[in-house]
Order: sequence, then structure tokens, then C-alpha cells
Amino acid sequence: MLLKRLFGIIPVVFGVLLLTFLLSHLIPGDPVEVMLGESATAADRSALRAELGLDQPLPIQFVRYLGKLAQGDFGASIHSHEAISHLLAQRIPATAQLALLSLAIAIMVGLPLGIIAALRYRRWPDSLATVSALAFAAMPNFWLGPLLMLVFALWLGWVPVSGMESRLSIVLPALTLASGLAAILTRMTRASMLEVLNEDFVRTARAKGLPERTVILRHALKAALLPVVTVVGLQLGSLLAGTVITETVFGWEGLGRLLVESIEKRDYPVLQACVLVIALTYVVVNLLTDLVYARLDPRVRFSS
Amino acid sequence: MKKWPQVVLLFWCAMAVIAPWLGFQPDAIDLAHILNAPSLTFLLGTDDLGRDILARLIAGAGVSLTVAGVVTLVTFTAGTTLGLVAGYYGGWVDRVLMHVTDVFLAFPGILLAIAFAAVLGAGVDNLVLALCLTSWVGYARLTRAQALSLRGRQHVQAAQTLGASTPRILLRHVLPMLAPALLVEATFSIASLIIAEASLSFLGLGIQPPHASWGAMLRDGVRYLLVTPHYVLAVGVSLMSLVLAVNVLGDTLRDNFDVKR
Repeated sequence: MLLKRLFGIIPVVFGVLLLTFLLSHLIPGDPVEVMLGESATAADRSALRAELGLDQPLPIQFVRYLGKLAQGDFGASIHSHEAISHLLAQRIPATAQLALLSLAIAIMVGLPLGIIAALRYRRWPDSLATVSALAFAAMPNFWLGPLLMLVFALWLGWVPVSGMESRLSIVLPALTLASGLAAILTRMTRASMLEVLNEDFVRTARAKGLPERTVILRHALKAALLPVVTVVGLQLGSLLAGTVITETVFGWEGLGRLLVESIEKRDYPVLQACVLVIALTYVVVNLLTDLVYARLDPRVRFSS
Repeated sequence: MKKWPQVVLLFWCAMAVIAPWLGFQPDAIDLAHILNAPSLTFLLGTDDLGRDILARLIAGAGVSLTVAGVVTLVTFTAGTTLGLVAGYYGGWVDRVLMHVTDVFLAFPGILLAIAFAAVLGAGVDNLVLALCLTSWVGYARLTRAQALSLRGRQHVQAAQTLGASTPRILLRHVLPMLAPALLVEATFSIASLIIAEASLSFLGLGIQPPHASWGAMLRDGVRYLLVTPHYVLAVGVSLMSLVLAVNVLGDTLRDNFDVKR
């Protein structure tokens, strides 16, 4: 089963590569003309066409694309002529830092809120947690971000408005990015806990006189967290995609910002590379989530 | 109070529909009244080109709802048809569809829509196209899974024995069984499409200036956050009210139909 799951991602990865490759062929009209603008000479155009291999048939272009990727060669930026692998290496650490901090915040907020809501079912802590989870889920990053910026940076002056000069610069983008996942985690943990708290083994644990703390934390929570793990894995994707907007709002120089800059400059090879890196990261994260799930849940074992 | 989601949704739909008769000029530039605070003439103030923010907010609601509606209609039809055929027939059609949806689902969230919109170029047509290309997957997966389990049911087998044609079986005996689940899916999908349209417009990929859209207004508003905070607040609260209303409506529908997600 483990091998099956591992091999299962091969067609997906192949499809992701094919779709990102085909992206540049969706550009209406002549991509070279779009990339270079109208002022370019015919010589410039044919040079770029040859550089991108656009004079070759599609299948050959795709095989070349794969061959280069296998060597870690993402091509060069049309705008700055820099190697894209170099650009990515510059930007990925900032995004990784932001995404991991957001994940940590979301877990530290979402799990306790969900547990408290389940334990105080239908009382005010539950209502408060449920309503705020609903509200935060309806707040896209490009609206929560400016709101936090207005209150905490412009009015209160606690943190910088944007950029990444100060150590506190990461606070607002991380909170913004964490909000959606925290909301979903709260809802999921609450629902999962409510289900588990009615199970026989929880009643048994209580009946044999275990302290309530042990019943909740050792017995109920352990079982309730299983479905939550899957959700975290799946939602990490939305978090990765959310970096595109959040980094734009706060001027955080990461992968998402690079992607938006590449759109503005019509630097399609850079755009392709960013999309590919984010999608492949997501595929790997999902694989890891399944493996973690299999380790946590004795009922799922990948080995036969 | 219990019906507030319906009220909010109806409010925005009504505003969008009657907007042409309100006498607003959302795109009219008035350089004498730049970045005005809310007043009796301009209830929500004016933006950096002196345009009436309230008028643009209503115009933006129209864009948002139209885009979400059109995309939902197209993807619902296409996704459901694909899912029905794949789930009912199985075999290679099903395997191909599953592989394709797996690939689409490998691009998290709004990423693929951003990529499509970026290469297709800005503009509302390409925005709708980009969202259509990426939003059919949910319907296809849902319908396929349900059709797969329904094709063995007795009432479907009875219809087959009686000699009913396949389209008739699919439309009369399979589709009605999964209508509640599809309706719930469509409701949540409208909420995420409203956010997706605003996200793409925020990145400059959707509706082009001078026309108003909530995403583009938020981007403009952020630039003047300190001068006119009410600009961003008005657009954000509007967007949130609409998304929240649709989501709560989806929750209610799901509970009423007892649909599991």
C-alpha cells in the first residue's frame, strides 16, 4: 500500500508538469510578441523564439522542458535574464518561513478553540468560537490583511505596515495567512471532538475514575485528532496559494510576490516555475499527510 | 433574524438589478471631489479619482454576482455531465476523468485560476474562462462518486430492465437522487467564486479599469488606507456579508437535506 501510494503520485506529477508546460501555449496570439512587446525587432523575436524552443514541435518542447527540469534548470527570466532557479532560491526561504509560522499559529489557535467549544457545547464559549470561525472563514486574505494593517500598524503602530526589514514584519502577514486555516481547524476539531466524546471508550475512561483532564487529553483528543490531520494537510494547499495574495498585500518578498511580479512583467517562464513549485510542494505535502495518518491510525496500514 | 442570509443575499441581488435605475455613475471621474469623507452627497465618500464609492460598490456587486452566477451555471452543467457519464459507465472514461481531476486538484486553491487568468490576459471574459476551467472539478468528483454507487441500486436496474434509454436513466433515476448534494455544493461554490473573482481582480487580472469590482476597489483602497479607511472597510464588509450569507445558506441547506460533505 505504501508503494502504491508512492507510485500513485507519478501520474499526478506528470499531469502537473504537462499542465504547467501547456500554460505558456494558452497565451492568445504569439507568446513571443506578448512577452517582448510591440517595440521588439524581428531579430529579437526569433532569438527569443529559438531560446524558448518555440520553433520545435510541441512534444519535443515538452521533453526538453522535462529534461531541463530534471537538471534543476527552470530557464531564465525574460525580464532580468537571471536564472529562474536562482530567483526561486532567493524567494523560497521567505515563503517557507511565513507558511510554517502561519501553520503553527493556526494549530495553536484552532485546536484549543475547537476543544473548548466542544467541551462547552451550546454554551457561550461554543457560540463565540463557532461564530468567529464562520466570520474568519468569510474573510479573504486581501480584506483581513488591510484590516489588520489599519488597526495594528497604522492606528496602534505596534508593527510595521509592510516590507520585511523589521523582525516584527512577519506578524501581520502570518496572522492573515493563518486566519482561514485556524477557522477551519476550529470547526473540524469541534465537530470531531463532539463525535468522540459520545463514544463508549470515553465513557469507560470516565467510569474507571480517570481525572477529566486525562480523559479529554489522553483518550478523546487522540482519537479526535485523526480526521483533523487530513484537513490540515489538505488546507495547507490553500495556505500556500494564499501566500500569493498575502505577500502582495504586505510586500513580503517571497514566492507568491515573485509570481505576481512575473504576471505584471509578463515574465511567463518565471510564472510557470512558481506555479510548478507551489503545486509540487502541495503534492508532496499531501503524500506526507497520508503517511502521517497511516502512522497515527492503526486501522490504516500501508504495508500489506 | 433567522432568515438574515436570505435577506443579505436578496439585498445585494436587488441592488445589482436596480443599479441602472438608481442614477449612479460609478465610472464618472470628478477631480474636484477626491478622497472625500462620507457625506450626504456621497454616502460612502469618494475614491482617488473622485468617483462615488457607493455607486462603485453597487456596480461591483453586480459584477461579482454575475461572474459567480455564470461560472456556476457553466461548471455545474459540465461537471455534472462528465461525472454522471464517468460514474455510470466506468471503464476507461472514468479512469481518464479521475486522472484529469487529480491533476487539477494538485494545484491548491486559487493558484490554477490565477495561472490561467495570467496567461489568457486581463479582462472579464478571460476571468470567467479561467474560473470555468478550474471550478468544474468539484461537481465532477461528487457526481461521479454518487453515480458509481447509484448504478447498482434496484430502481436503476429496474429501469434498465424495462428498457429505458441511458440518458433517461441518468436524468430521471440517477440525477434526482443527488440533487440535494449538488445544490449544497453549488451554494458553497458560489461563495468561493465570489472570493475568487475578487482575488483575481485584486491582483489586476479581472475586471479592468475604469469599471468597478470589489477586488480592484480593495487594492485601490489599501493605497489610501490612512486617508480614507472607510473605503477599504466598506468594500470588505460588503464582501464579507455576501460570502457569509451564502456560506450560512449552504450550511442550512446541508443540514436540511442531511447531506454529508
